[in-house]
Amino acid sequence: MSLLKVRDLTVGIGAAQPVDGVSFDLAPGETFALLGESGCGKSLTALALMRLLPAAARIERGSVRFAGDELCGFTEAQMRAVRGGRIGMIFQEPGTSLNPVMTVGAQIAEALKAHAGKADAERVVALLAAVGIPDPARRATEYPFQMSGGMKQRAMIAMALAGEPELLIADEPTTALDVTIQAQVLDLLRELQRQRGMAMLLITHDLGVVAKMADRIGVMYAGQLVEVAPRDAFFAAPAHPYSRRLFAALPEMATRQQRLATIPGSVPPLGTAFRGCRFADRCGEVLSVCRTQAPPWREYASGQRVRCHLETVSQTVKVGAGGTAPEPEETVTLLLEAHDLKVHFPIRRGVLQRAVGHVRAVDGVDLQLAAGRTLALVGESGCGKTTVGKAILGLQPPTAGTLKLDGKPHSGLAPARMQMVFQDPFGSLNPRMRVGAIVAEGRPDADVDSLLLQVGLTPEMAGRYPHEFSGGQRQRIAIARALAVGPQILICDEPTSALDVSVQAQILNLLTDLQERLGLAYLFITHNIGVVDFLAHEVAVMYLGRIVERGTVDEVLRGARHPYTQALLAAVPRIEGAASERLLVPGDPPSPANPPAGCHFHPRCPRATARCHGAYPETAVLSATHSVRCYFPD
Amino acid sequence: MKFVVLWSDALFFLLLAVAVASGIWASRVEHLRLSWRKVGQSQVGMAAATLLLAFVAVALLDSLHYRERLPGDKETYAVEVRSALDALLTGLRTRTEKTYSAPLATHSFAKETLDGEGRDFPRLKHGGAHLGENLAAHETDIAHKAVQGLGMGLVAWLVLWLLGAPLRRAAPHLAWSAAFATLLVLCLAAGAVAALAQGYHVLGTDKVGQDVLYLTLKSIRTGLLIGTLTTLIMLPAAVFLGLLAGYAGGWIDDVIQYLYTTLNSIPGVLLIAAAVLMMQVVIDMHPEWFATAAERADARLLALCAILGITSWTGLCRLLRGETLKLRELEYVQAAQALGVSGLRILSRHILPNVMHIVMIAIVMDFSGLVLAEAVLSYVGIGVDPNTISFGTMINTARMELAREPMVWWSLAAAFVFMFVLVLAANLFADVVRDAFDPRAVK
Amino acid sequence: MLAYLIRRLLYALPILIGVNVITFALFFIVNTPDDMARMQLGVKRVTPEAIEKWKVERGYDKPLFWNGAASGTDKATETIFFGKSVRMFMLDFGRADDGRDIAREIGLRMGPSLAVAVPVFVLGMFAAISFALLLVYFRATYLDFAGVVLCVAMMSISGLFYIIGGQWLVSKVWHLVPISGYAEGLTAAKFIILPVIVSVLAGIGSSARWYRTIFLEEYTKDYVRTARAKGLSERFVLFRHVLRNALIPILTGAVVVIPALFMGSLLIEAFFGIPGLGSYTIDAINAQDFGVVRAMVFIGSALYILGLLLTDISYTLADPRIRLQ
Repeated sequence: MSLLKVRDLTVGIGAAQPVDGVSFDLAPGETFALLGESGCGKSLTALALMRLLPAAARIERGSVRFAGDELCGFTEAQMRAVRGGRIGMIFQEPGTSLNPVMTVGAQIAEALKAHAGKADAERVVALLAAVGIPDPARRATEYPFQMSGGMKQRAMIAMALAGEPELLIADEPTTALDVTIQAQVLDLLRELQRQRGMAMLLITHDLGVVAKMADRIGVMYAGQLVEVAPRDAFFAAPAHPYSRRLFAALPEMATRQQRLATIPGSVPPLGTAFRGCRFADRCGEVLSVCRTQAPPWREYASGQRVRCHLETVSQTVKVGAGGTAPEPEETVTLLLEAHDLKVHFPIRRGVLQRAVGHVRAVDGVDLQLAAGRTLALVGESGCGKTTVGKAILGLQPPTAGTLKLDGKPHSGLAPARMQMVFQDPFGSLNPRMRVGAIVAEGRPDADVDSLLLQVGLTPEMAGRYPHEFSGGQRQRIAIARALAVGPQILICDEPTSALDVSVQAQILNLLTDLQERLGLAYLFITHNIGVVDFLAHEVAVMYLGRIVERGTVDEVLRGARHPYTQALLAAVPRIEGAASERLLVPGDPPSPANPPAGCHFHPRCPRATARCHGAYPETAVLSATHSVRCYFPD
Repeated sequence: MKFVVLWSDALFFLLLAVAVASGIWASRVEHLRLSWRKVGQSQVGMAAATLLLAFVAVALLDSLHYRERLPGDKETYAVEVRSALDALLTGLRTRTEKTYSAPLATHSFAKETLDGEGRDFPRLKHGGAHLGENLAAHETDIAHKAVQGLGMGLVAWLVLWLLGAPLRRAAPHLAWSAAFATLLVLCLAAGAVAALAQGYHVLGTDKVGQDVLYLTLKSIRTGLLIGTLTTLIMLPAAVFLGLLAGYAGGWIDDVIQYLYTTLNSIPGVLLIAAAVLMMQVVIDMHPEWFATAAERADARLLALCAILGITSWTGLCRLLRGETLKLRELEYVQAAQALGVSGLRILSRHILPNVMHIVMIAIVMDFSGLVLAEAVLSYVGIGVDPNTISFGTMINTARMELAREPMVWWSLAAAFVFMFVLVLAANLFADVVRDAFDPRAVK
Repeated sequence: MLAYLIRRLLYALPILIGVNVITFALFFIVNTPDDMARMQLGVKRVTPEAIEKWKVERGYDKPLFWNGAASGTDKATETIFFGKSVRMFMLDFGRADDGRDIAREIGLRMGPSLAVAVPVFVLGMFAAISFALLLVYFRATYLDFAGVVLCVAMMSISGLFYIIGGQWLVSKVWHLVPISGYAEGLTAAKFIILPVIVSVLAGIGSSARWYRTIFLEEYTKDYVRTARAKGLSERFVLFRHVLRNALIPILTGAVVVIPALFMGSLLIEAFFGIPGLGSYTIDAINAQDFGVVRAMVFIGSALYILGLLLTDISYTLADPRIRLQ
């Protein structure tokens, strides 16, 4: 007996169908995950269930039966009783999803009033306490901007729980959050679901989150479900070629010596007219029938249902489609050294705008980068890692510290030696310039054609404008622009975090290729541990402006000694194995304007003792390459 | 005949040249071409553009100035400066009556003592003069002439429609139907008016017997000049200072902000009033600067544009500063900085092209406001020279006539209709342009 | 927050000085007092004595910045700059050409100006917001479309026609209220009602359209979706969520004009014969009374700066994100 029965749900925007014939069931208390890359229609599906589609979109056909009621036939008034009452929903951006001028308590009370008829302060506080917000009575009187991102998402969950829903729709609930906070929120969601027997529809692009949370999974591609499977079967052997490729493209699935499997091309744009299988153009196992006939649903003994022409499911996940690459020779020429680098931003207050304190964004960072090597700088948002990159590049003048380039002291820009690749593929290219002009910006006499070829684009693309390119292609253009001046050091600031997994794999492969061919050194700034494992030689972990642990990839990722590194690694949802007992760090990272005395991490640290309150620990050297700043590096 | 190029004419031609040149440039730059195509695909946009072009054509004719050679052997020229429009409308200009007469009337509006026959409405010198004594034929004559005019208008439109065929073929996706429908209405109206104007004062005459239609047509140039030249004058300063403040920051930003906050805090009307008063003193003290009355009026018109420009550049400047501050933090600007590109080059290649849509929108949005402001300022007495024909001066003189019994309504009505059509067309066009150029426009 | 306000107040001072300098330059540097005298007395038949007399009457006979002939502090104070510009900071504006004290006159005329301007402000705001809310409630329907067309048409009509049309229709055709004039006390109502209605009508087109855009922009925000997902009704979403957020920019945008209400509206007062500051200014412009115009420029600017200050305060009060930080 299913709680939610979706049949042939189709959403139209203009002539296009971003959701096309989606059908699935959801049993009471069950978690069903809709998995897919951006633009696959998973969020629109969720909004369609709530009948909350944006003005341009409409439900064209299909049925949504919820506990026996046909939601598509409901009037608006009837739907209002369902929304927030029988079905709760939480969204991706807790920062913008709460009304900025109402207190959190008032917003929860509104939901209570709409569904329970009355809203007393006690119930508001009880709801806030239920989602693990400390000091809930005080927090209820606060405005959203006074809360951290994790706290806001908890408040959103409390609001969704107000109507005691039978189903909770969570649309990318943790995508905007840091990994340690993500772990807290996911645990909270699971716990609440267990207590209340709620069913959950989880919308996500993250296989790790799916592995941790879902009972069953639906994979979406270009508006359609292509595979529906129970969790264990899916993770043992994904059946659809697209699902398999998604696994293989994960950087965790390969090591440096291998190339990542990629999905060639990109997601077809909205409004594409399809004949046959929608994945055919990008599929490695494509048959001639795939291009002419829409594939039927097949059901396997494992419980997996797949929309594919292929008769048999290959049971192994293919990794390393491109073979292995040789490990580069060990040449330790130090290109760049930073010593005691500090970047402080003054906080100005009062009538005369005097500096009353400093935000210590970067507070004494040492690092070395050798030719042909990759140093990954890992940390959560606000830890100062991007500022380190900009200070080294010369875009941000450092407050203190020395920089050496080739052993010689250096300050300011060094355009011919160091370049940067930015995070946002849409913000990093001037929309008013042609690709050729963008690439040649640093060197007007650059050989644009060969640069474009080098990054996997074609020379005729030079005449086009950025808006004609996908995110991955734009990132390639940005890399070509940096390479044009022939730098030895490339500072990559989260270059793949805005990209889908399949495209991320392409860019990571490109970066490793370029390193081999050109001997580039990368300072790779990221929060994604999986990428680090694939790409980096050395790793430095930052917390609140300082490096807390450094070492080779193996030393840090497989032999972490600092409790923060351990917590960070444990918080990453992994696809292999069941969820183990986790080391959860409580609370939010403190503000770099007012860091805790002693070790910055001690308020959240399970091992903290009185000593940790006193002074910041000195560096403890564990091996020639591995060091950690902790009193108890066990 | 001697051509006279007034300063405002020169600037107006310059403006048109700039408009044409930037049009050619825009057709080569993809994003501009796309945005303009969106404007062209909009029915409202094309209809409004057609109307505006008709107004521009009138203003253009009225900007080709000359002085007639006086008869005689010596090379002497008339004091009055005339325009091509005056030449075209010689009939309207010269057929003046004694005083008020209603539209299409044959008799004067006011009773007069006639020779020996007591007080009565005298016949007009020109209005309906061709009828002679056959006054009974007045109405049929009007109908006859109107139909004739409509017919001519239709023929003219057909000719234009045929001439426009290559245009429609070259750009078939634009909303030509709206443009030609508007043109049809225009042609029919113009045809009827032109036919009737042969024998009557279509919109009546004013206190001194001048044809109101003539005055209205002459007002168009003043309105258009104020609406466009003001922007032209203030634009370079606003763009330059706005970008500089936003990009340079620091004390430069402080100085520029102080400058525009200070100017902005003086209420516009008062600053204009003070400046116009002072300028009037300057002009009056230096009669030797101006060869003709037209040049003198022209100087005052330009000065008014400059003053309006000074009071209105601050808004655009602040807008551009804000946008530049945002753009400066964008990654492509940082990438350019990392590549060692110079500040000036970043401004011209990365910032300016990305704020041009704001400039564009500001130009078209300001236009209608300025046309309306001219009327109010002239009415208050701090606008154009009282001898310059403009909507403001027309309304000003017409207002006194409202108190008469029965009312003299036609001057006001004529000014109202022409201004309304001009401003409405400008507003509608501005909306379409904003929607096409502003990436964040809310529909 | 107190420190913030003090800083804003301190920032206002240099701006006021700047305004003062600009006005001074405009009135005394662009033209010499002799030019002004000649202009007013008639260019042709004017004797040097008459000019001198005119200058002495107005205090324009002193040097501009520095009086070398005087002694002590008088060297600085017995100048045009001190007498005409610096004294304005002490609200001493001197005398008008008709010999009356300008400051006193301003005090007398403030009442009638406010009697018209305050109702215009309150009613205009209320009418524009209500109309915009109506359009937004019926957004993307023909009613909304027709409303926007009406707004654009209304804002394409010059304010002059609203006044002329209103006077003609209400006073001349219907004989409902006097065509112009003013009276003290409650009888003022019959004189005020028409100018107020006319001003509100003249302004509603552009403000309602602008507010509509603000509301629509607010509608695209994520928190509106959250409110709907809670099961709130469309009306509740509009009035509790959208309106409250949109009111912050609308109200703070309006606060800036509150001090300027003292100035009244030039046009309205002139047309309806209301003896306020607006008509005072117009009369001064027509009579070329430089002293009065200068005083009004100064007062207008001071009020505008006060408006900016009030805007800042209202912003900090209305928006918890600023209030509590």
